[in-house]
Amino acid sequence: MSETHSAEPSHGQLTREDVLKVARLARLGLDESEVEEFTGQLGQVLGYVGILEEADTEGVEPLAGASERTDVLREDEPGESLTRDQALSGAPRHDDRFFLVPPVLDTSAE
Amino acid sequence: MTACREPASVLIERLSNGETTSLELTEACLAEITSHDGAVGAFLHVAGDSARQAAESIDRRRAAGEPLGRLAGLPVAVKDVLVTRDQPTTCGSRMLEGWTPPYDAHTVEKLRDADAVLIGKTNMDEFAMGSTTENSAFGPTRTPWQLDCVAGGSSGGSAAAVSAGFAPLAVGSDTGGSIRQPASFCGVVGLKPSYGRVSRYGLVAYASSLDQVGPFARDVAGAAMLLEVLAGHDRRDGTSVDQPVPPYGQQLEKPVDGLRIGICPDHFGDGLDPEVREAVERALDIYRGLGADVQEIELPHSRFAVACYYLVAPSEASSNLARYDGIHYGRRTDDHDGLVEMYSNSRGAAFGTEVKRRIMLGTYALSAGYYDAYYLKAQKVRRLIQQDYSQAFADVDVIASPVAPTPAVRLGQLTDDPLQMYLADAYTISANLAGLPGVSIPAGFSQDGRPIGLQLLANAFTEDRLLRAAAMHERETDWHLATPTFAGDAC
Amino acid sequence: MPSPTTIIGLEVHVQLQTRTKIFCGCANRFNPDEPNVQTCPVCLGLPGALPVMNRRALELSVRAGLALSGTIAGLTKWDRKQYYYPDLPKAYQISQYDLPFCQGGHLDVDVEQENGEIQSRHIRLIRVHLEEDAGKNLHDESGRGGDSRVDLNRAGTPLLEIVSEPDIRSAAEARRYLEEIRLLMVYLGVSDCNMQEGSLRCDANVNLEISNSANESIRTPIVEVKNLNSFRGVEAALVYEISRQQREFEQCGGIYADTAKQTRGWDADRGVTFAQRGKEEASDYRYFPDPDLLPVSFSDEWIEIQRAELCEPPADRRRRFVAELGLSEYDAGVLVDRGRETADYFEAVATACGDAKQAANWVTQDVLRELNEREETIESFPIDAQGLASLLGMITSGDLTTRSGREVFSSLMNNQGGDGSIVERIASIVEERGLSAVADSGALETVIDAVISRNEKAAEDFRGGKDAAIGKLIGEVMREVGGADPNAVRETLISRLRP
Ligand SMILES: [Mg+2]
Ligand SMILES: [Zn+2]
Repeated sequence: MSETHSAEPSHGQLTREDVLKVARLARLGLDESEVEEFTGQLGQVLGYVGILEEADTEGVEPLAGASERTDVLREDEPGESLTRDQALSGAPRHDDRFFLVPPVLDTSAE
Repeated sequence: MTACREPASVLIERLSNGETTSLELTEACLAEITSHDGAVGAFLHVAGDSARQAAESIDRRRAAGEPLGRLAGLPVAVKDVLVTRDQPTTCGSRMLEGWTPPYDAHTVEKLRDADAVLIGKTNMDEFAMGSTTENSAFGPTRTPWQLDCVAGGSSGGSAAAVSAGFAPLAVGSDTGGSIRQPASFCGVVGLKPSYGRVSRYGLVAYASSLDQVGPFARDVAGAAMLLEVLAGHDRRDGTSVDQPVPPYGQQLEKPVDGLRIGICPDHFGDGLDPEVREAVERALDIYRGLGADVQEIELPHSRFAVACYYLVAPSEASSNLARYDGIHYGRRTDDHDGLVEMYSNSRGAAFGTEVKRRIMLGTYALSAGYYDAYYLKAQKVRRLIQQDYSQAFADVDVIASPVAPTPAVRLGQLTDDPLQMYLADAYTISANLAGLPGVSIPAGFSQDGRPIGLQLLANAFTEDRLLRAAAMHERETDWHLATPTFAGDAC
Repeated sequence: MPSPTTIIGLEVHVQLQTRTKIFCGCANRFNPDEPNVQTCPVCLGLPGALPVMNRRALELSVRAGLALSGTIAGLTKWDRKQYYYPDLPKAYQISQYDLPFCQGGHLDVDVEQENGEIQSRHIRLIRVHLEEDAGKNLHDESGRGGDSRVDLNRAGTPLLEIVSEPDIRSAAEARRYLEEIRLLMVYLGVSDCNMQEGSLRCDANVNLEISNSANESIRTPIVEVKNLNSFRGVEAALVYEISRQQREFEQCGGIYADTAKQTRGWDADRGVTFAQRGKEEASDYRYFPDPDLLPVSFSDEWIEIQRAELCEPPADRRRRFVAELGLSEYDAGVLVDRGRETADYFEAVATACGDAKQAANWVTQDVLRELNEREETIESFPIDAQGLASLLGMITSGDLTTRSGREVFSSLMNNQGGDGSIVERIASIVEERGLSAVADSGALETVIDAVISRNEKAAEDFRGGKDAAIGKLIGEVMREVGGADPNAVRETLISRLRP
């Protein structure tokens, strides 16, 4: 894959900053005790999975799933859609027409 | 003995010859739930009224001589990971508390088509992540055999429901052992089908390439009967296989000629509880007594299975659970300052610790710089594990092993040590990585009365043979006939 | 100092013209007035729902890839691109990462240079891939920071992403490239490319290579200008951005502290690009293969079937109109760029009447003028190609004068001539108005002689060298013989008066 996928793993050396960075990527609010707990535990698990380095995978094709079928397609034929009420029924906030979210502030003029 | 504790096949017989009605059976199950589920914690939602209505309607149709489905009138409990349009679906998480989906899972449709009575939604580890059902946001499930011990997980509620006589049949899901391990802890039969045998449409995803829906029953015949209903092709799930469903129940009486059983010495090493070892060896002796050939096999990469699984599953999970963002469904916290915080705070507040741990692990494994070393490496090892099994199944029909290193553990025993908890999945995980069917069948008890299961794995899409091999053992033993005592202190 | 080189690469998104969305049976239809009515568990990303690939979306994609001369992969797969945004309900977009269905390819576009010369530019493509579109966020415009609204009707629309190499050298070239992609996609029936409805959208990566005072070649940082949704917008935004980068270069003397790629938006009202707030952190999309979607393999046979479905691309058609039909570059361009149906109409007329140049004149002038006035498309044009061809045939053969032909044409446009076929209606209009050209030259000469003898003075003036005097004579002859060809009348008069 791309060069972004090539750095060395840091088995068992997970830092607090790593944990915070990953939590930000995953949009996962952690409290202080969780940050501390995860830093240790995830480091431990990552240390353990380092065992995979002992497996000789030279020339082995990755297996993405247990099913190795291909070409499962559907015809371009209309199916059932939900009503708007059904679509919005689970939303924490809506105005009977749209889902509502806090303002998406991604732009600001120079 | 309560009616619900009879095997499903017996109950079907009684229903069809008029000895009992679906309403009677449903009421009996609801009564058992009322008496004991406070202590067991198998259900998150009991659909008493709709179950009674469905039962009455089936009784009426039966009386009118109308054609009925193959599970007609039988109460079935469904793990809360399958979406149901008339019952809430929470996946054991605060995140989905109060959500009623606008559609039915494929397997739920199949149950309705078979005229099963959907009696309620069962407890589970949050989003199916866990091996004890202690990760449910709504409290743990206990094994009805010893109420201070866990029911196993993640399908602990379904296993306990069948074991306790709350329902003769239940549906679970298995991503790394989540049907087989609780079946073992609760002393019932639990089967994970081959990947693709049962549609995942409407199964809330934990790890998409590993998840599979399967049956719980009191005996092998019940599991076969329920599997026949659940299995089959579904065009809405691209990974569901378009192959006919064999009549699993029909040939159960027929032993597998010259059954060849493989055992892997690695499965009997350190860390295996002596009582579990004893139960498995006893089972092997029974098979030998039936003329089976028990031979050692090699699974050279099985020692990598746990590591492989705990990269693949959390990676997929981190992606599958990203959708719980507090916008289109699920929980949103009011405590936020803008969109980004809304995401983080909602997810931080509504997910439990184990879910967060796996999301963190998976996000890390997929993130820039680590993909090759973790996710991609795990996928390569996954192929090696799969190849081990295809080679092994050239020589044997089934592979026998323990289901878990120990019988049911006490509540709280493993919750503080995730790695130890993960390592306990070593026997069951490979079947998911390789897409193989596996079954856990009752094979004994510990001295203090906790059930012990035997796991049999078979080659992909040979569930018929797997079930026949399981039935051979069941006919020689009566572990499956024992009933739980609801003993122990349920605090 | 040599003038800077502009380096532009475009990422063009084209919505495919399928009946249903890419992974579910919901309608693929632009429907902003009724938000959130074209959704289902799959495109809402509800827990438990699973995607299944639309066969038609694949067919259209592969046809587009072939028409762009790309290499179609034997095996292709889909990956999850993960980021949080309210219009993306699963918090990942199903897209293609390392195995797109089409790699390479190119598009040649004719671009008018500053000196007026037309230059053919060869724009190479990196890849074409198939992904799902997101829904739409509608921001609160009041400025009071109210909630944004989310409409998921568009979520899951099949979307082709065409990524060019940075081969584009000017804003005008970028616009032409985009216009040519649009035309090609519309010709192929792959997309309607309606820019108002957002079915063709474009992001541009642009920077400059400039020599500084020390004669070193410096590259300005790459800027991605997002969400360009009109041809004019693309050109204007790039013109602005190019001069902005040049200004910035001059101000900073070619020294850049931060050379990371920057994202800017285009404010069409103010005519400026503006910096978009930096993401929370550098994007890390955590691509991985979607375990719910199995890979797709394309056999050579299947690819050939798709190739057989391709029509002649617009560039080839322009070339053929010039080379084989003898049209001017200009007319060929007008006919082809107007769309496949117009070009088909023209070709049908040209073939049936046997005079391509005359057909081109009539279609580019008379027909297109009428269409523009009526704001209609060729499909609803009241004169079919056979009808127009027969009218032109009558003109070519001399049965009708050009002038009478125009009269018949406008009568047809005004629904005159009864209700038969166009050919029947032409006949009845000609008959009714006596427009038939006088084939009998003896009769015409008789009339001319009579007119000359009635207009002694005018005849004498013309004989004496006053050319303008002939007009009166022609007019009188024409009044008497309605269908006469004015040129023939003029020539006969001249031969009589100045033998
Ligand atoms: Mg894209
Ligand atoms: Zn849909």
